[in-house]
Amino acid sequence: MSQAVAPVRHVLITGNKSYHNITEDLCTPTEKSPTREWIIAFALSSAFLGLYVFAIVWTVWKGIGEWGANRTVNWAWDITNFVWWIGIGHAGTLISAILLLFRQRWRTGVNRAAEAMTIFAVICAGQFPIFHMGRVWLAFFIMPFPNTRGPLWTNFNSPLLWDVAAISTYFSVSLLFWYTGLVPDLATVRDRASGLRRKMYETFSFGWTGSAKHWQRWESLSLILAGISTPLVLSVHTIVSFDFATSVIPGWHTTIFPPYFVAGAVFSGFAMVQTLMVITRKVLKLEDYITINHIESMNKVMVLTGTIVGVAYLTELFIAWYSGFIYEQFAFYNRVFGVYWWAYFGMMFCNVVSPQLFWSRKIRRSIWWTFFLSIVVNIGMWFERFVIIATTLARDFLPSSWSYYRPTWVEISIFTGTLGLFFTLYLIFTRVAPVVAIAEVKAILKVAGDQYVGPDAKHGHHDAKKGATAAEKKEEKH
Amino acid sequence: MATESKKVLYGLYNDEEDLKGAVRAASAAHLDIMDVYSPFPVHGLDPILGLKESRLHYLGFIYGAIGAIFGFMTMTWIFTRDWPIVFGGKPYWSVPAFIPITFELTVLFAAWGMTITFYTICGMWPGVEAKSLDHRITDDKFCLAFDVTESSASDVDNLKGFFAQSQAAEVNVKTI
Repeated sequence: MSQAVAPVRHVLITGNKSYHNITEDLCTPTEKSPTREWIIAFALSSAFLGLYVFAIVWTVWKGIGEWGANRTVNWAWDITNFVWWIGIGHAGTLISAILLLFRQRWRTGVNRAAEAMTIFAVICAGQFPIFHMGRVWLAFFIMPFPNTRGPLWTNFNSPLLWDVAAISTYFSVSLLFWYTGLVPDLATVRDRASGLRRKMYETFSFGWTGSAKHWQRWESLSLILAGISTPLVLSVHTIVSFDFATSVIPGWHTTIFPPYFVAGAVFSGFAMVQTLMVITRKVLKLEDYITINHIESMNKVMVLTGTIVGVAYLTELFIAWYSGFIYEQFAFYNRVFGVYWWAYFGMMFCNVVSPQLFWSRKIRRSIWWTFFLSIVVNIGMWFERFVIIATTLARDFLPSSWSYYRPTWVEISIFTGTLGLFFTLYLIFTRVAPVVAIAEVKAILKVAGDQYVGPDAKHGHHDAKKGATAAEKKEEKH
Repeated sequence: MATESKKVLYGLYNDEEDLKGAVRAASAAHLDIMDVYSPFPVHGLDPILGLKESRLHYLGFIYGAIGAIFGFMTMTWIFTRDWPIVFGGKPYWSVPAFIPITFELTVLFAAWGMTITFYTICGMWPGVEAKSLDHRITDDKFCLAFDVTESSASDVDNLKGFFAQSQAAEVNVKTI
């Protein structure tokens, strides 16, 4: 009687599932009528979506003067929210791409929902720079195309244009990656459905059959998309940081920005994944697939990235002092003790102090703590962007132009409205597609299911023997 | 893609290990396997089945290279030939500033090119009807299929004998 796999291996699928159980559990949320919680959540988020539409129409009708942004603080809530949303998107790609390359099996429980979150977050992010342009009907001017104005091309040397290229590429590649992963699962839903529903899923699943050659190509495609999404996701937030770092504003003009922004993005993204997963697993009863082990793994990523962010904050302060350059020193003194001191201390507390609690295994494995701290980090990361943008601009080169920034109701409505947009899209997603990747979970069942690797694993008996040997064989492959 | 219908004899297995055993036995007996279907990618199946590695990634490299060249050359042409403008006293042909967009276009072209190629060579597209042998293949059954359109009755009996021997849970015939 031999141990099939090392006992340290985490159980990632509990409840003694068979392949059929997995299909049942993950497809049923799309097949049943919506629950009362879902309807309430949907009504609430659509109400905020309505508020968003109203505030945007107001902005376009009346002009950007309706925002609190002024001549000195010209990037304010809009760019703060843009960077915040883009950062949130990064965790999805990190989970689906980087963890695929690292062969982390726990990604399979959360990758589908996290990728969906990426796509919805990028949609929300895109709203802000587009409407900040003011005359939004001319937004297509950011695309280079032969035109009758010269032709007047875009400025390819500008980080703002790099951002356009990076974010549109990021959105479309994330969409391809997500949808290609979804196709086999949509085929599973299709094969369980009948009538019009079957017709719809037939269309959306592109005629998937599960042929061995198709699986082989599908895996090859997933791996390459993961391979190119990894530098892509790093490039996106690097380029977002270039929007600041290539400027001549003290406090923005720093070489530390790219790595610091990327770490912060992953940090905030994981916080949002946690917020969503803790609710999703409860409401859709997916505790067997998104286990405490998954949550703990994500909390470990958060303590790592949170610490990197903390080190970056302190490095910034140190370098400002060490530079011996009074304007740089003033920018950072002002950041900490200036008019927005409360935002700085809020950021420090939420992003640097609070994730340190995750060093405790007990807190890391507690659902309530995870949920609470994920909200705290979401708030903290919003503060970070606000601190970088508003504090720096409010005290610019000429003391006579110094000003203060307060959001108007329009900006507050647009921001809370994008939360409505985000949650509306996410709630629709939970109704139409399996929120956990069915095929990928089945593929790891024998190396991570509790009946094979858990404390009650069956070894050496006739029925379990087959599973155990399969698990062993799979281990050799990895 | 062949459009005429095929008569297919197929066996369903309950576990991927049974399927792999059956595929091994079938290739040892020189049976001509039409295809194998499974609810998830079964690792270690490709070499037994004699499937060569997918060449999709070579295409990915080519698409990426096209994207890189297209992006870089377009920016070069615009800023040196079509409408040269001085930005911040830098040269017209400011190569480092072109790197981010060149990179993004490399990724964009590689991803779209590979994905479109994947769906095209698999014959998959919205509106394509799935030639599915059994609706449980996307759930928990592993399927080994033989094309018996032109097989004699004795050949079919031979294959049925093979399925019985390899402990298939079910054996059926379907025209797709």
